[in-house]
Amino acid sequence: MSESHSVNIKGTIRLCSVVLLVIICTTAMMIGISFAQLTWPLKVTFILSVAVINAFLVASYLMHLLSEKKMVFTVLAFTVFFFAGLLGLTLWAMADFPVGTTH
Amino acid sequence: MEKNVQQFPPFREPQAPAVHEEHGHHGHDEHHHDEHHEHAEPGFITKYIFSTDHKVIGIQYGLMSLLFMLFGFGLMLLMRWQIAHPGKAVPLFGPVLEKMLGQMASGGVISPELYNSFGAMHGTIMVFLGVVPLAFAAFGNYVVPLMIGAPDMTFPRINMASFHAFFLGGVVMLVSFFVPGGAAQAGWTSYSPLATTIPTNGQAFWLVGMVLLITSSLLGAVNFIATIIQLRAPGMTWMRLPFFVWAQFVTAFILLLAFPPLEAAGLLQLMDNVAHTSFFLPTGLAVGGRLADISGGGSPLLWQHLFWFLGHPEVYVLILPAMGIVCEVIANNTRKPIWGYKSLVYSALFVGFLSFIVWAHHMYMTGMGQTIATFFQTTTMIISIPSVIILTCLFISLWGGSIRINTPMLFVLGFLPMFGIGGLTGLPLGLAAADLYLHDTYYIIAHFHYVVAPGTIFALFAGVYYWFPKMTGRRMNEFWGRVHFWCSFVFMNIVFMPMFMQGIKGMLRRMSDGGANYSAARVPGAIDTLPDSVMHLNTTILWAAIGLGIAQIPFIINLFYSIYHGEKVNSNNPWGATTLEWQTPTPPPHGNFTVEPQVARGPYEYSVPGAAKDFTPQNEAGGPPAPATHAH
Amino acid sequence: MEIPYTTQVRPDTGLYNAKLGIWLFLASEVMLFGGLFSAYVLLRVGSPEGFWPHGWLSVTLGTVNTLILALSAITTLLAWVACKVNDFRQFKLFHGLTLVLALSFLCIKSYEYHDKWIHYEIHLKDGRIADGHLEEQDEKTVTISGRIIPGDQEQLLYDLRAQKSIPRDEIKLDRSNILKMENYGPRHNTFTAIYFTMTGLHALHILGGCVVIGFLWGPGSRMWKTDHARFTNRIEISGLFWHFVDLVWIFLFPVLYLT
Repeated sequence: MSESHSVNIKGTIRLCSVVLLVIICTTAMMIGISFAQLTWPLKVTFILSVAVINAFLVASYLMHLLSEKKMVFTVLAFTVFFFAGLLGLTLWAMADFPVGTTH
Repeated sequence: MEKNVQQFPPFREPQAPAVHEEHGHHGHDEHHHDEHHEHAEPGFITKYIFSTDHKVIGIQYGLMSLLFMLFGFGLMLLMRWQIAHPGKAVPLFGPVLEKMLGQMASGGVISPELYNSFGAMHGTIMVFLGVVPLAFAAFGNYVVPLMIGAPDMTFPRINMASFHAFFLGGVVMLVSFFVPGGAAQAGWTSYSPLATTIPTNGQAFWLVGMVLLITSSLLGAVNFIATIIQLRAPGMTWMRLPFFVWAQFVTAFILLLAFPPLEAAGLLQLMDNVAHTSFFLPTGLAVGGRLADISGGGSPLLWQHLFWFLGHPEVYVLILPAMGIVCEVIANNTRKPIWGYKSLVYSALFVGFLSFIVWAHHMYMTGMGQTIATFFQTTTMIISIPSVIILTCLFISLWGGSIRINTPMLFVLGFLPMFGIGGLTGLPLGLAAADLYLHDTYYIIAHFHYVVAPGTIFALFAGVYYWFPKMTGRRMNEFWGRVHFWCSFVFMNIVFMPMFMQGIKGMLRRMSDGGANYSAARVPGAIDTLPDSVMHLNTTILWAAIGLGIAQIPFIINLFYSIYHGEKVNSNNPWGATTLEWQTPTPPPHGNFTVEPQVARGPYEYSVPGAAKDFTPQNEAGGPPAPATHAH
Repeated sequence: MEIPYTTQVRPDTGLYNAKLGIWLFLASEVMLFGGLFSAYVLLRVGSPEGFWPHGWLSVTLGTVNTLILALSAITTLLAWVACKVNDFRQFKLFHGLTLVLALSFLCIKSYEYHDKWIHYEIHLKDGRIADGHLEEQDEKTVTISGRIIPGDQEQLLYDLRAQKSIPRDEIKLDRSNILKMENYGPRHNTFTAIYFTMTGLHALHILGGCVVIGFLWGPGSRMWKTDHARFTNRIEISGLFWHFVDLVWIFLFPVLYLT
């Protein structure tokens, strides 16, 4: 197998503790933001950006996506693109109605 | 290997040396032959029902989906009777219907509710249980691993699970006819809130069935993609893949990424039906004149978006494998290379990609705004370009060939203009202004049936006739094949061509009496009355449809008769084909190839100047060196 | 011929079969949950101003579950590393831990479900709304522990934090005064509907993961001796699935609990 990171339990535990620590911090941050006095759109944006950081950590280190092959990236890139299309175009379609109509 | 012609049953393991080599590895490899012990003849159940061999699974899919197609066709005949003779008892089958379905068919007459059930189930069965499993799962399973020189699919047990999920889904769909309230009545698109408010349990069955079918497709898609990426034989580079494999590859990606949103939508609608949530039910929904007891707050359009996010790519799931089959048959029977192989491949990839962002052209009628409608019209017009490129390449491939006219080729030659008609009549529907008039009329029925019935299904027939000798070692009867083709071709056109006219005249679809009441309610001679000439076409269509049904009888008999009594083929490669599936023993044993093929050339080397024969198999040595992308 | 690349990587793709397979499967899972998230976004955007619930779910329990899943993701990774360095005892320890953590996640989740199930919104005939957890009921009366909300402040129902201005109390209601009584089940409104559906599907994934992890920890671990390379791959594959389930939760938590 072509894993680039060295394989030993101690090293992994060290990496994992860092990841866990960051996840704890980001989770605390999200909760903090949720109690802050902000408008909802701002709040949602902030909280989701922190969640993305969190997800990035899990995907890139725990799922070792960083050292993954091109093939996997290509598939995931298409998936993310199509998901964006699904959400974005649907939202757009729901927002764009002739004046005076309801749905 | 040359003269290794086997009798039916085709799945017996021939005593080829390669099979015995596997015994050395029994200890640490339980993955792909734990169900198969080469020495002890496996029992019927392990061999035909719990088989992990991609060829057996392909044939299982094939037979199941042909049966479902016949069933779906039967539903259609009953509906056509009702349209032509509204309110009259169905001859012959009327009493049977009454006995089986009770009140819904009292007196042998198809009630409007039953008509709606038949309509919904005809669509569902034909699309999800007939054409897709036949085109993608059956042919894909049987042919793709052989074409790329692989011993099997990458995950044989997942492959088996996929078939079983499909089977279960089919059973659930069939059972739904007999539950209280009858089968689903909200159309194959199952639009909410109709799908939730019609009082039948059949809708929940439909949704469970769909979830099972989607799971099956998903497992199949993962398997196909992994197989095509991982198991190509040495030397089988991407640009040496036969176009059929490319078509299946793109199809698998569409299924992988477009189906899950529908699965999500199916789960949400199931919650609406069973747990009484309001995902797709708007606030203030009234049912039967009374405010429905729901929380409301949902969005019916959300269902349509999630449905058509699959629904449109599904069209390409139906058509791409068919195009792949057509391509193989044309190259083989014109005895010359396919014109524009690379254009075909890139067009297929582009179609697959674009098919994800055109879906809302099915929804112009929802009153969407101009901007978003313009976006979807633009993408719709763009996606027609690669489709036209594909069809053009196939047409040009005929040019200058010394064409062998046999049954598969006849069906393919039928496919080309028929699919052309289907495709071109779709253009007005892609433009919102024209669509507003034509949508929900028979025009749209004629359009997509031209794409799928004389289009895709003809290509699938071509595939059956073409690969039958590989599956059984015998040919299907040529004469009856021609009878099958010409009768189908003629009747198919008499069925669908008049529908264009009916649609343009304004006859609405989904009316259980074929528009009789609608027409009579109008003042005679008024502008929007359906003239008698249009209404009479319903009778013409009915008889043509019956003729079409009769035309399938030679095929059914031919198929089963030829398994045992067909003319034996005298080599492993009776059509003189270049692709790898013909370079195996006939029928191929478990594990497919006796020696691992070394691919040395492209897929369509027919009539190469200076070559000994008019075809050069892909695994014949001495081709141009492979581009160094695949070190084996 | 045998199926190649079940344990070795194919040179031109750099992957073994199952690794590609699981990533393809995860891609389809992204679209599955993507469909649900799209539904969530549209329902939320489409709900009238001030009627999308905030603070209905316990942030404490959600946080605990987030940390449990993060920890279990780490123990699966460690189990895989233990496979690679060939340490069976460590593998059993870490993988067993994963299983325990997964089950405790499910326990907390079912407690939360139960909590919503016994939470009732009761419309009274005088226009007021009683909202709280059911304590006991008989044919004549219903007792809840919660608050009475004046009919003209219905919006308070949707914001639990603002609701705290009203003191919590034990309330005994006469059934003859009750107009409509409904628990916070899926049918209550679109928020509870999407909450139950999304977390329910996620919980099903956890359950599936538990079955796989349990199998690989128990009977499946016999493969450790017979085909070590393949077993290691299986642990990696199941781990990737498990991390994905964690990833989904990372988005579910803020989306449902915090915003």
